[in-house]
Amino acid sequence: MSKSVSSSASREAMTAADVRRAIVRIAHEIVERNHGVVGLAIVGLQRGGTWLGEEIAAQINKIESEVSVPVGALDVSLHRDDISLRPVSLGAISNIPFDLSGATVVLVDDVLYTGRTVRAAMEGLNNYGRPRAVQLAVLVDRGHRELPIRPDFVGKNLPTHRGDDVSATRDGVFVTPNSEVKS
Amino acid sequence: MKHLRSIDELGVDGLVDLLQLTDHMAEINQRPVPKVPALRGRTVASLFFEDSTRTRLSFETAAKRLSADTMTFNVSTSSVNKGESLRDTVATITDMGVDAFVVRHKSVGIPWQICQWTKASIINAGDGAHQHPTQALVDCYTIREATHAQNFAGMKIAIVGDIKHSRVARSNIQAFTLLGASVVLVAPPTLLPPDVSHWPVTVSHRLNEVIGGVDVLYMLRLQSERMAQGHVPTLREYSEQYGLTQQRVQALKSDAIVMHPGPMNRGVEMQIDPSDVKNSLIHRQVANGVSVRMAVLFKLLGSGSNLGGQA
Amino acid sequence: MSKSLVIKGGTIVNRDSQVIGDVKIENGRVVEVGKNLKGENQLDASGCIVSSGFVDLHAHLREPGKEEAETIETGSRAGALGGYTALVAMPNTDPPQDSVAVIDFVREQGKRAGLVDVVPSGCITLGRQGESLAPMAELATAGVTLFTDDGNGVQDAALMRRALEYAKGLGVTLAQHCEVAELTKGAVMNECSCCTDLGLPGWPSIAEELMVFRDIELVRITGASMHFLHLSTERSVELVRAAKRDGLPITAEATPHHLSLTQELLASYNPVYKVNPPLRSNADIQALKDGLRDGTIDAIATDHAPHPRRDKEMSLDMAPPGMLGLETALGVVLAEDACEIRDVVALMSWNPAKIARIDDEHGGDVIAGANANLCVFDPQLTWSVDPERLASKSINTPYIGRTLRGRVRHTIFKGTPTVIDGQAQR
Repeated sequence: MSKSVSSSASREAMTAADVRRAIVRIAHEIVERNHGVVGLAIVGLQRGGTWLGEEIAAQINKIESEVSVPVGALDVSLHRDDISLRPVSLGAISNIPFDLSGATVVLVDDVLYTGRTVRAAMEGLNNYGRPRAVQLAVLVDRGHRELPIRPDFVGKNLPTHRGDDVSATRDGVFVTPNSEVKS
Repeated sequence: MKHLRSIDELGVDGLVDLLQLTDHMAEINQRPVPKVPALRGRTVASLFFEDSTRTRLSFETAAKRLSADTMTFNVSTSSVNKGESLRDTVATITDMGVDAFVVRHKSVGIPWQICQWTKASIINAGDGAHQHPTQALVDCYTIREATHAQNFAGMKIAIVGDIKHSRVARSNIQAFTLLGASVVLVAPPTLLPPDVSHWPVTVSHRLNEVIGGVDVLYMLRLQSERMAQGHVPTLREYSEQYGLTQQRVQALKSDAIVMHPGPMNRGVEMQIDPSDVKNSLIHRQVANGVSVRMAVLFKLLGSGSNLGGQA
Repeated sequence: MSKSLVIKGGTIVNRDSQVIGDVKIENGRVVEVGKNLKGENQLDASGCIVSSGFVDLHAHLREPGKEEAETIETGSRAGALGGYTALVAMPNTDPPQDSVAVIDFVREQGKRAGLVDVVPSGCITLGRQGESLAPMAELATAGVTLFTDDGNGVQDAALMRRALEYAKGLGVTLAQHCEVAELTKGAVMNECSCCTDLGLPGWPSIAEELMVFRDIELVRITGASMHFLHLSTERSVELVRAAKRDGLPITAEATPHHLSLTQELLASYNPVYKVNPPLRSNADIQALKDGLRDGTIDAIATDHAPHPRRDKEMSLDMAPPGMLGLETALGVVLAEDACEIRDVVALMSWNPAKIARIDDEHGGDVIAGANANLCVFDPQLTWSVDPERLASKSINTPYIGRTLRGRVRHTIFKGTPTVIDGQAQR
């Protein structure tokens, strides 16, 4: 998850160029691991993962240009089981305009933290059909997992403190220490 | 937000929020499996003191799609609502562990009075001729869906019929005007409340003069009892003057919308079949009922009720 | 027989004088009024007004038939605490006060309670049904001087005319609850813009005014005495003012709640504010106050209407109308500051005693030889209403939590204190 917060106290963990290169690498890894793009679908998690999902899909389409990989967005706020740390973002609704059944769905999010968002996403996917497999791609893994969730594709492993605030966009990844809001 | 009892209590911000939240719910209802765990463990009780299968089922479906548990109490109107049994019923049900009551009653003010006897959230599904806020939400959402307008500034809406006895009219007048529409009430003087001068509306007694200029034509049901009570001389005369006839349909602007909260009195306020009316959105009003009610339930009971200012 | 009692240091308000002094009471009568009087018992009245005891022309004591809400005893106690030494009991009991048996029963119960003079009123029509006259002559022989169908107005103009003619022959007074029933079906509050917002039927002002007009004209042609109960609208006051200018034998009353509370309170959906006639507008309140000051309105009467808690927990449309009034009347009237103390005494004691035709024992000046039915009240004391501490069996007062001004310290009934320092003595 990300917040668009940056202050003079934040440090840059990835530059914009680093982010770009990570996206290219992740796209290659996805294609390699799945032996191509047949049956592949990208689903970005609202809100932080949707831009990333689109970027990764665009990269994949460059690598394997005969087929266009379907891209969707998933809003997990209604599937969460905890007091909402990612409350409903009005206007950021789910949009999965293709059939997921039998597909290999790659969930995409910007930051992997406790794992609760991903758990909610897996449950949310079930509403749309039964994928053959689900994989997880994240730009940043900041540790502190509370559930047995692990990413398949990672841009960068980034150790952080619980109080830190991590923001990840095309412009880079920034860590702001001791933010008041647990994120 | 703890209760949804009236549109003026909800306010314009609350109204807009709920309409946006309904988009999320509408998307869920499109899914092959239209169910989310957002209200798991919560219990929603329907207390319907007036018959209404459609509204009650709409609420119950909404609750179930959010994984809430439901309880239904259909109190017939013949076991008339002595204060004792109402208070006891509410207190007893609350003790069973209810998070929200959906209440419909023929007496005005019950949703406010009930709050003294329970800590649960109260959703008003209609109190006498006073308010029916979820219907207004459904109607606003339906208009928004059809016009893609976020607010109704510049829109001209005519509400036609028995305004005096209509809770749908009172809620809609508030909702439409809060969103910026200009509202005209069309009715014979006997079907208007005694003094509407402080309402932000205009009034006309002639539907033919108004119909060509409206963007939304909202028809209200006329109960046959109104003739017996002397509000209109005959139903036929009412229908001629204020009903939706073939001629009047043709007088509408090409993109004007026709709506009705249901159930319809065919041959009275609707002389023609609504499915023959090109721009009738009556079926959308029905379809949107569940999504709107899901938004309301989630707003009151879900983690969305802690919305605050977070992005 | 009884010990002598001196009420010390109060301001004695009589028709022609207001002096600070002592009042000595013995054997049920005032024996001396002066300074430095001595007696076996003493009650402090410093800072207080001493006047004849209050007379309420309009109290619903609910017995027989609705003892759950109030009994003659509990109502009498509430009256005594409010400074009353006489209460006219309204006849909408069950069975109604349209027979000598019930009249005698009510009077006896009042005597047994021994706190105030309970003066039963009689019905105008049998069973208050509005169809045929009650046996008014028989009831008059049993001592009834005031007749009313209160709770309802007599709808049939021809019947009302006959009733007035008959009453004239008997020398009794008819009192009317002015409400044209066909205009008020299902009414819950004053017909006004608030009513429009709530979608509730209302009592339009003309429902009262039409009957006031009708009965004034019937009095004009019959010459009988008429008392208008609980006037509540501007136009009603105007009509009565004009009728009095014409010299007609008409009197009128207003309630403390119609002088102090407005229709906007119904927006709280709380049935404690539901009353018939309903709370109206500020303009109506102003007109009523003008009427108090210029003599158009002769008396303040409480329309004390107890209802059990359960009944006032119903929805607005189902709840019965009515509010308590006996213990709060003085406090409300003084808080509203509508008139001078002397006028307050006239409105609450002298005039109503005359209208009820009990002015031989009540409402007289506090002078040697007078009956010792007295009220001692502190006109400055502010207090707030605690429903649990009311003497009435019911708690449906609209003044919970409000600050009132003026409170009864002592009440003397037939020479014996019924209330001392705000506490009932029996």
